[in-house]
Amino acid sequence: MSSTSFSNLTRGIVRENPVFVMMLGMCPTLGVTTSLENALGMGTATAFTLILSNSVISLVKNLIPSMVRIPCYIVLIATIVSIIDMLMAARLPALHETLGIYIPLIVVNCIILGRAEAFASKNNLFQSVLDALGMGIGFTLALALLGSVREIIGAGSLLGYNFIGEEGTPVLLFIMPPGAFLALAGLIMLFNRLRGANK
Amino acid sequence: MSITMIFITAIFVNNIVLSQFLGICPFLGVSKKISTALGMGLAVMFVMTISSIATYLIYYRLLVPYHLEFMNTVVFILVIAALVQMVEIILKKTSPALYQALGIYLPLITTNCTVLGVAILAVQKGFSLSLSVCFGLANAAGFTLAIILMAGLRERIAQNADALPASVRGAPIVLITAALLSMAFMGFSGIGN
Repeated sequence: MSSTSFSNLTRGIVRENPVFVMMLGMCPTLGVTTSLENALGMGTATAFTLILSNSVISLVKNLIPSMVRIPCYIVLIATIVSIIDMLMAARLPALHETLGIYIPLIVVNCIILGRAEAFASKNNLFQSVLDALGMGIGFTLALALLGSVREIIGAGSLLGYNFIGEEGTPVLLFIMPPGAFLALAGLIMLFNRLRGANK
Repeated sequence: MSITMIFITAIFVNNIVLSQFLGICPFLGVSKKISTALGMGLAVMFVMTISSIATYLIYYRLLVPYHLEFMNTVVFILVIAALVQMVEIILKKTSPALYQALGIYLPLITTNCTVLGVAILAVQKGFSLSLSVCFGLANAAGFTLAIILMAGLRERIAQNADALPASVRGAPIVLITAALLSMAFMGFSGIGN
């Protein structure tokens, strides 16, 4: 694999992580990370949309006039999201139920339109898929990290496996809305601190 | 559900930003000053009310009769994008003062997930036309309240920015402020159940 391909793949995972570095896609990041399972479900759905939208847009980029490209991208993305929405409703009804409104809202997730405009509209199919894969993995990892922190502190369990026993009291606040903001603030603080130490 | 209850639950109990996490991007991005937060809030209120009417009519008069309900995400986002563009053109012609005041916030609304989210929620809840409009207006009011409160807090924090530890500056302190605001709004939970 050449060095540009490798760099396109890894860009989204750490260097330009959509959540911790770019602060994109905040709504699902905060809304569905009450548990690791939800976080993984949302991350995978978004990554899947991203890969499909980046490949389609990269293939049709020369057919779309640049004046109307944004509305065209939105229609393409909305179609892909509708397909994923229906697939999940049919195959994973329980997860579809918990993620609820956030699945159709993948359409307005800034990461997807952002990558379409910034990357897929200028690069070939292979590089666009690598970029989408990297960004998707970065987003899923960020969501999983936030989901684990919130589930461990807020429910005393991980992936539904309870490890504080019957008499333990978890800090319920962390699976409630304020906990989402607090946990994300804590993680970003930690990253800022680590990055400061590396300088 | 009565209209008063819709307003109370949407503004305080289930605030669209602080407990449902829709519209977080403008909430964090455009809340540095009270004046800009107010502009954004008013623009959202304006578009959300019109889009509630438009999406209701399109869903029940066009999609339902032709059994195209599964197309709602695609159709709604197109309608909202077109609507924002149209409102911008009409305002520019008829009311330049309001257009100046809303400025760059109008085009930004297309990517604000509250507008699409509220349209989908209103359909899911099966509201009538008048209730849909109230639901849209109430959620927009909740958004405006949250973003103005946030801007007020951030203005005060910015005055004492030197007192913050280096690792908290920037995004973390904004998120901590949002957490405290969200905790305050949890005090309303239980009303209306």
